[in-house]
Amino acid sequence: MTTFDPYAPSRETTEGKVFSVTGGDWDALVQDIGATKEERVVVNMGPQHPSTHGVLRLVLELEGETITEARAGIGYLHTGIEKNMEYRSWTQGTTFVTRMDYLGPLHNETAYCLAVEKLLGITNDIPERASVIRVMMMELNRISSHMVALGTGALELGAISPMFFAFRERETVLEIFEMITGLRMNMAYIRPGGVQQDLPEGALTKIRDSVKLMRKNFKENATLLIGNSIWMKRTQGIGYLDLAGCTTLGITGPVLRSTGLPWDLRKLQPYCGYENYNFDVVTADTCDVYGRFLIRMNELEQSLRIIEQCVDKLEKLEGAPVMVADKKIAWPAQLALGGDGLGNSLDHIRQIMGTSMESLIHHFKLVTEGFHVPAGQAYVAIESPRGELGASIVSDGGTKPYRVHFREPSFNNLQATAAMSEGGMVADIIGAVASIDPVMGGVDR
Amino acid sequence: MGLEEKIPSGFLLTTVEKLAGYMRKNSLWPATFGLACCAIEMMAVGSAAKYDIARFGSEVFRASPRQADLMIVAGRVSNKMAPVLRQIYDQMSAPKWVLAMGACASSGGMFNNYAIVQGVDHVVPVDIYLPGCPPRPEMLLDAIIKLQEQINDTKLGANRAQIIKEVELAAMNAKPTHEMKGLLA
Amino acid sequence: MTDGMFGAKGTGDTSGYGGLVRQAVNFGSSERPYGSYFDEVADDLERAYPEFSEAIERVVVDRGELTLHVKREKLVEVAFILRDKLKFEMCMGVNGVHYPEQTGRELHAVYPLLSLTKNQRIRLEVSVPDGDAHIPSVVEVWAGNNWHERETFDMFGIIFDGHPGLTRILMPDDWEGHPQRKDYSLGGIAVEYKGATTPPPSERRSYK
Ligand code: SF4
Repeated sequence: MTTFDPYAPSRETTEGKVFSVTGGDWDALVQDIGATKEERVVVNMGPQHPSTHGVLRLVLELEGETITEARAGIGYLHTGIEKNMEYRSWTQGTTFVTRMDYLGPLHNETAYCLAVEKLLGITNDIPERASVIRVMMMELNRISSHMVALGTGALELGAISPMFFAFRERETVLEIFEMITGLRMNMAYIRPGGVQQDLPEGALTKIRDSVKLMRKNFKENATLLIGNSIWMKRTQGIGYLDLAGCTTLGITGPVLRSTGLPWDLRKLQPYCGYENYNFDVVTADTCDVYGRFLIRMNELEQSLRIIEQCVDKLEKLEGAPVMVADKKIAWPAQLALGGDGLGNSLDHIRQIMGTSMESLIHHFKLVTEGFHVPAGQAYVAIESPRGELGASIVSDGGTKPYRVHFREPSFNNLQATAAMSEGGMVADIIGAVASIDPVMGGVDR
Repeated sequence: MGLEEKIPSGFLLTTVEKLAGYMRKNSLWPATFGLACCAIEMMAVGSAAKYDIARFGSEVFRASPRQADLMIVAGRVSNKMAPVLRQIYDQMSAPKWVLAMGACASSGGMFNNYAIVQGVDHVVPVDIYLPGCPPRPEMLLDAIIKLQEQINDTKLGANRAQIIKEVELAAMNAKPTHEMKGLLA
Repeated sequence: MTDGMFGAKGTGDTSGYGGLVRQAVNFGSSERPYGSYFDEVADDLERAYPEFSEAIERVVVDRGELTLHVKREKLVEVAFILRDKLKFEMCMGVNGVHYPEQTGRELHAVYPLLSLTKNQRIRLEVSVPDGDAHIPSVVEVWAGNNWHERETFDMFGIIFDGHPGLTRILMPDDWEGHPQRKDYSLGGIAVEYKGATTPPPSERRSYK
C-alpha cells in the first residue's frame, strides 16, 4: 500500500479491498490494484452523467470491458407528485401529471383525464372536437418526444449533428404547442371534460404547413443515421431483448414492437376515437437497438398521417364545443387573452359580477372547491411514446383524488437494462438505455 | 482563486480585473446538470440553432465538473439528489457560478412536499435565479447574459474583499422580509 | 384534522352547500351476469381453479372493469393460473392504496393484468391489515413486478414476502416512514412573505 491517496481511498470489506475512486491521479490506484488478485471493478455511472439520459445511476460490475452485472439506481428525481395531487382538486391534477413524464406531457394529461372521465361516467359525452384536438396534440407530442429520443440517443453514442437536426424539428412542434396552449412544455391543456380552450385562429394552417416541412425534413434527417456504418455497428445486435423477455418484464412500446409484435393500444384498445384514423403500426423484427431506432423513425411518418386527418376533421368541426355540456363539470368560462395574460373572458366576468349572482356563486364553487367525482377506481391505459401509460385513480367521492398512481412505461421498461446489457461491452449499455428512452421524470414521479 | 488574487490593490489590479472579467465572461463553460423538465429547455438552448448559446461563448457543456465553471441547476432537486448536487459543486474549481433555472430550483416551485428541496440555495450558493416553469430558452440566454455582466464587473483581491464586506454589512442591516408589512409591493 | 387557513376547523366547509358527505369506497360483490368478457374470464378461472370460491373473496364489476379480490394466501396460485391457463401474460405492476378507515384491511395492493393473446384486462386486488402488512411476492410469476413491488414497499410499507431484494427504490435508503400512506403528512413548509403566511397544502382550509 502506498501513501494515502485522497482521490482513491481504500478500505477493507468482507469482499476484499475496495477502492473508491473519485478522480485525480490514476497511477497510485493502478499500482495498488495490481497488488490484489481480483480483476473485478465496480463502476458507478451517474446519477450525474452525460450519457445516462437524466439522473439515472448505473452500477456496473465489470470483468475487463464486459459487464457481468448491471444495476440501475433510480429515485433521484422523486417529486412526490402522486401524493401532492391528493391535496388538489381534480382539475388542478392535470397541472401535476403534466410534469411527470415531461417529454410526453399531453399523454400524461390525456391518460389522467380519461380516467377521471371514466369515474365521472362522461366518457361518451366528450365533444368530438375535443377528442380530435386531443389526438392531434398527442401525435404532435409523439413527434417532439421521439425527436428528443433520437437526438439524445445519437448524441450519447457520439453523433452530434443528429441532435441539432432533431431539436430543429422539435422547435417546429413546440411553436405549434405555444400557439395553441400558450406554453412550450407542461401545458395542462387537456382538462377533465375536454380541453382548456379552442384552437386559435390560423392554427390549422400553421399545422398544415409544419407537417409539410417536417415530412421533408424527416427524410433528410433519416439519411444522417440510416446506413451510417458507425451507427449501424453501434446499434445492430445490441441490447437484445426478445418477445418472451418483454412479456415477463411487462415491457411495452417501441421495445415490444421491435420484437415484431404489433402491440399498439391505439389500434387494439382505441381511446379518443383512434379507431377512426388510418395509420399503421410500425414494427421491426431485430429485437435490438437498431430496430427500436427504426421504429421511432417510422412512427414519425404515421403521426404525420394522423395529424393530417385530424386537421381535416377539425376543419369540418369548426365552432363545435370543446368542453362537456355539463355545467357542473365544465370550467365556467372560456379562457381569453386579455391585457394581463390568459384569463377568464371579459364577457363572463361582466356577467357574473354585474348580472347574475347565481353564476358568480357557481363559478366560485367550481373554481375553489371543484367538482365531486363518484367513488370508485378506474385504470385507463394509453399508448405513450414509450409504451403503456396507465393512470389508476381512486376517488372517495370528494373533490380531490383519493389516490393517483401512474403506471409509467419508463419506470417499468428501465428494468430491462440488466437483461439487455449483461454480458455485453460496457460501451453498449449506453445504446441499450438510450433505446429504452426512459424519462426520469416519469420513472421517479 | 489564483495568482491574480495576490496583486496589491491599485491601478494594476483594476486593469487585471477588467481583463480577467472580460475573459471569464466570454468563456463560461456550463456543467451539464439537467434534472427535470427544465433540462430539456436547457438542451434546446444548447442544440437548437434558433437559440444557439455558442453566440455567448457557452456552448461547451462539460460533463466533468472539473472543467466547468457554471452550474445550471435545471430542474427540481430531491432530497436524494441534494448530496450529489453538493458534491458536484464542490468538485468544480473556482471561480464558479450557480444558476438556479426554473421555479423548482429557485424555490421548490409547485412541489411543496416531503421529496423536494425548497430551493437549491439550501445546498449551494446561487448567483442568479431564473423564474419560469420552464423558463423559455430566451430567458435562459438572458440570465446567462446578466450573469456575464456580473462576472465582468467582479472585483479581485483586496477590492473583492472590500466588496464582500460591504455586501455582508448591507445584508445584516436589511429589514427581514417578515417585518415588511403592508401592501405586497 | 389540523387547523386550516383562517383558523378553520373540521372540514373547513362553511357554506353548507354541496352535501359534502364522504361515500364509502367499499362496493359489495357484483351479481352475474357481469357483462362483456367478464363472465367468460370468471368461468374460465372457475374451471381452471377448483378453489375459486375459497380464494376469490369478491368479484366486482364497476365502470367496465373487472376486479377480483383475492385472499393473499392464494395470490401466487391464482396468478400462475391466470398467467398460464387464462393467458394474462403481463402484469402492469402493482400499486398500493391506503384506506385507514377500513379496519382490518387498511392496505390494498392493486394489480392490473393484461392479456396480449386475448386483448383483455382485469384487475386483482389484495387487502391486508396494517399491523400485518405481508403479501406474497408475484415476482416469480411476472418478473417485471420487481420494481413495482419495491415502489409499493417504499411508499406504503407493504412487505412482499419472497421478493428477491425488497429495498427502497425511490426514497433514500435511510428514509423514515412510507410517504404515500394517509398517515404520513405531505410535509410541505409554510411560506411567509411580507408578514402573510401561507400554510403548506396539507394544512390549508379544504373541502371534503
Ligand atoms: S420549474 Fe417547472 S419545468 Fe422546471 S423542473 Fe420545475 S416543474 Fe419542471
